[in-house]
Amino acid sequence: MHIVDGALSNPVVITGAVAAAGGIALGLRQMTMERIPAAGVLSAAFFVASLIHVPIGPSSVHLILNGLAGLVLGWAAFPALFVGLLLQVVFFGFGGFTVLGVNTFNIAMPAVLVGLIFGPMIRRGGPDAALWGGIGGALAIALTTVFVAFALRLSGAQFLPAAQLVFLAHIPVMVVEGLLSAAAVGLAVRVKPDLFRAMEGAA
Amino acid sequence: MAHLLSEADRTLARTARHAALRGLDPRTRIIAAAAFAVVVVALSSLPALAVALGLALALLPFSGLAPAVTLKRMAMMDGFIIVMLVTLPVTTPGTLLADLPFGLVATREGLRLTAEIALSANAVILALMVLVGTMDAVVLCHALARLGAPLRLVHLLLFTVRYIEVLRAEYRRARQAMRARAFRPRSNLHSWRSVGHLVGMLLVRALERSERILQAMKCRGFTGQIPLLDDLRWQRCDLAFGLGWGACLLALTLWEITLVHAA
Repeated sequence: MHIVDGALSNPVVITGAVAAAGGIALGLRQMTMERIPAAGVLSAAFFVASLIHVPIGPSSVHLILNGLAGLVLGWAAFPALFVGLLLQVVFFGFGGFTVLGVNTFNIAMPAVLVGLIFGPMIRRGGPDAALWGGIGGALAIALTTVFVAFALRLSGAQFLPAAQLVFLAHIPVMVVEGLLSAAAVGLAVRVKPDLFRAMEGAA
Repeated sequence: MAHLLSEADRTLARTARHAALRGLDPRTRIIAAAAFAVVVVALSSLPALAVALGLALALLPFSGLAPAVTLKRMAMMDGFIIVMLVTLPVTTPGTLLADLPFGLVATREGLRLTAEIALSANAVILALMVLVGTMDAVVLCHALARLGAPLRLVHLLLFTVRYIEVLRAEYRRARQAMRARAFRPRSNLHSWRSVGHLVGMLLVRALERSERILQAMKCRGFTGQIPLLDDLRWQRCDLAFGLGWGACLLALTLWEITLVHAA
């Protein structure tokens, strides 16, 4: 779901960059000295998780897990996911440079929203946590595809069919990411519920 | 960082150390790549974009990267945008170019737009990999800090770079343990739940590791500031490269303006 350089119109690119910079600044404010190691190691964990490929039907997809990132990191998901995208574009050649802002916003904003909406339900624990985690995981992917579609549509009407195709192609991804996030949340609330408070507590 | 991809890349990064572009200050390379990206995205005429791609290609031999591997990676990016490249010629309104089956019509404008996006995306990615991707990831962090990136962001980047390899090894160990118990990933609920548990465990272990790291760092007097040990210094070759690169970008921009006016 990376957008590449040269596809979007200038206003979309600039708006994306400004919005991403705002989100990153908010996330960095939360990252006090005590939380830098946790944010850094978790950001590495999400980077490694994004390299995992899972089979869907005849094909396979790589994980994004931005919903899970938002649940664990809150606003810090913005800088954490930005760092991942930066490393991917520089060292793997995925995505683009001028669109880094748009791509960051498209992935991190849904993460933060999911974290804000479902975080409280999951921190409460209990058997429902996995369910909310699953819904959050699926919703984050859905929102990301909608944001991508929106960025493309704003750049020109001729992008609309491509944007619709991207959305349709990601419906199975939403299902798989939802199931995976549910399993991950279900395990984490039992083993280490503190995971969902990593960016809280002593500052 | 390139070593993340495969063992073959590890040797690739080692040979790259002797390449000409490596002699430049990392900051020069970052600024050059960023300026190139901005100029290329602003270009719209196909000849100018083709020359821009040629410019990025011309740097490839001096980067020390294996050309075949690098170009293959660039082509992988085209795989991501294949949907866009296939639909745009058909969905852009304009003058008729060819009738296609299913009542679809390819237009001249659509084909032009497709070529424009493909050329600029490839040129920017190639320049970025050649100029910045050959850098050690830690050097990149330090250069970004010297260029004025927020220190907390640089710390986050340093931590991420440091622990990607560690957590990747942990992930591989877990996968091996799953394989030893005859797990084969398939398209079913059991597989997805198992991978979900794997991800959950990876995150739990990551958090516990970070707690130990924080304790160890506090024990050594960490106050929230990681000293950046490096001696980045601008040199004459940076000035020469900067002037040359800047002249190329300026020439491209001027050519673009005359092409657009002529059209």
